[in-house]
Amino acid sequence: MGRRVGIENSIAAAEAIMMANVDVVAAYPITPQTHIVEHLAELVADGKLDAEFIPVESEHSAMSVCCGSSAAGARTFTCTSSQGLALMNEIVFIAASLRLPIVMILANRSLSGPLSIWNDHTDVMSVRDCGWIQVFADNGQELFDHVFFAYRVAEDPAVSLPVIINIDGFIVTHVIEAIEYWSEEQVKKYLPDFKPVNRLHPDKPITMGAFGLPGIFAEAKKNQDEAIIASRPHIMKAWREMEKVVGRKYEPVETYKLEGAETAFLTMGSFSETASIAIDRLREQGKPVGQIKLRLWRPFPFDEIRAATKGIKNLIVIDRAISYGGPGGPVASEIRAALYQEKNMPRVANFLCGFAGRDVTADDFLAMYARTEELVRARKPVREEDYVFYGVRE
Amino acid sequence: MPKSEQDLGWKDIDPGCTVNEPGNAAQYRTGDWRSIRPVWDHTRCIKCGVCYIFCPDAAIFKNAEGYFEADLYYCKGCGICAQECITGCIKMVEEAE
Repeated sequence: MGRRVGIENSIAAAEAIMMANVDVVAAYPITPQTHIVEHLAELVADGKLDAEFIPVESEHSAMSVCCGSSAAGARTFTCTSSQGLALMNEIVFIAASLRLPIVMILANRSLSGPLSIWNDHTDVMSVRDCGWIQVFADNGQELFDHVFFAYRVAEDPAVSLPVIINIDGFIVTHVIEAIEYWSEEQVKKYLPDFKPVNRLHPDKPITMGAFGLPGIFAEAKKNQDEAIIASRPHIMKAWREMEKVVGRKYEPVETYKLEGAETAFLTMGSFSETASIAIDRLREQGKPVGQIKLRLWRPFPFDEIRAATKGIKNLIVIDRAISYGGPGGPVASEIRAALYQEKNMPRVANFLCGFAGRDVTADDFLAMYARTEELVRARKPVREEDYVFYGVRE
Repeated sequence: MPKSEQDLGWKDIDPGCTVNEPGNAAQYRTGDWRSIRPVWDHTRCIKCGVCYIFCPDAAIFKNAEGYFEADLYYCKGCGICAQECITGCIKMVEEAE
């Protein structure tokens, strides 16, 4: 077992990045930013991390630098949030299409406006279709573990895709937790050296990012889609290997007290832990309630979601973003799509809550459960309650 | 010689759609863009080569008799040769089926 350290989660994440021995960190150094790159800048300046730290003038440049350094064969890292992600949007899509194994920690925060700096999932949903592998970590330990996981998956020659690690901004990034560090031997055993699939090098000139005419574009997109689907077994292997190395087990979809449950909460991110407290209370009252936690957002775990929801009558999906004028929350939208052709599809209630840092407590989850029970009793058709803005004042 | 894009299925594309063999841009028939083409009047041509120098696509070459002509596989019909020709011997004529 590794050393346990009481430390701010962002600082611990920066030290994990150092232990992963990155070659290049490119980031916009001020708001919206976390202590992750601030501490990485210190580690490079102090000579503790032998890497290039490139403080660029915008996030658009940060991701452009990342593409360049990754294409040259350097292990590359960046970190951003909200408006920063919005500004780098153009290059985020390019990184995936070029199959560059960049790792980005996305400290999830709201997109303006109104202007906000607080936590929700509107930023990541703006790049839902960007082609990166996307995972959610619920706490500091999961963030620390997933730094090594992300590089291992991204740089796997059979994958060669960039990875976003989502972590709730402030709620997780700025708090102190007890983190179990990996030892150097554990990192060495788990994470091989980076051997790029494609590399810009004078010994073997290649062209990256060439023009794709209508005659080849669709084939290139199909190729990219198949590549992220084919990453699934390699993602699973990386989690299984991590279990062997540090003893913590991760799954694309995780469950809590789901045995015998008729109703289940479906959550993503740090709210999962709060929802678990509410489920404990409901179980004490004899209510058949369980929980499904979505960890792997892309590639989407269709089979695991279908297996976990089997026998569930009411599914309460929590969303922390909205598609205005659309089908409500993006998570519920995906879940409904995944279950549409299933026999005895559960009734899906979609609650939108926790926008821009508003607290959602265990009591709030109890209230959402009570509201769902009311809807079920009233036998209202699902469409009348497609989604509910929870806790919004009239 | 690299394969033409029409011969490539999605499985044939390298990761990241990289181009690993140089020179396949030569296959691209930019002559398809052309609606007018340059025609030289050899009675007025002084074989100076100004058209050859100005052609932005390097699509003009010198033939065995020392006159210049356009490689119609690549010539886009931009008309720069006709504009720059000192003696005015190049005329742009409509492409007709």
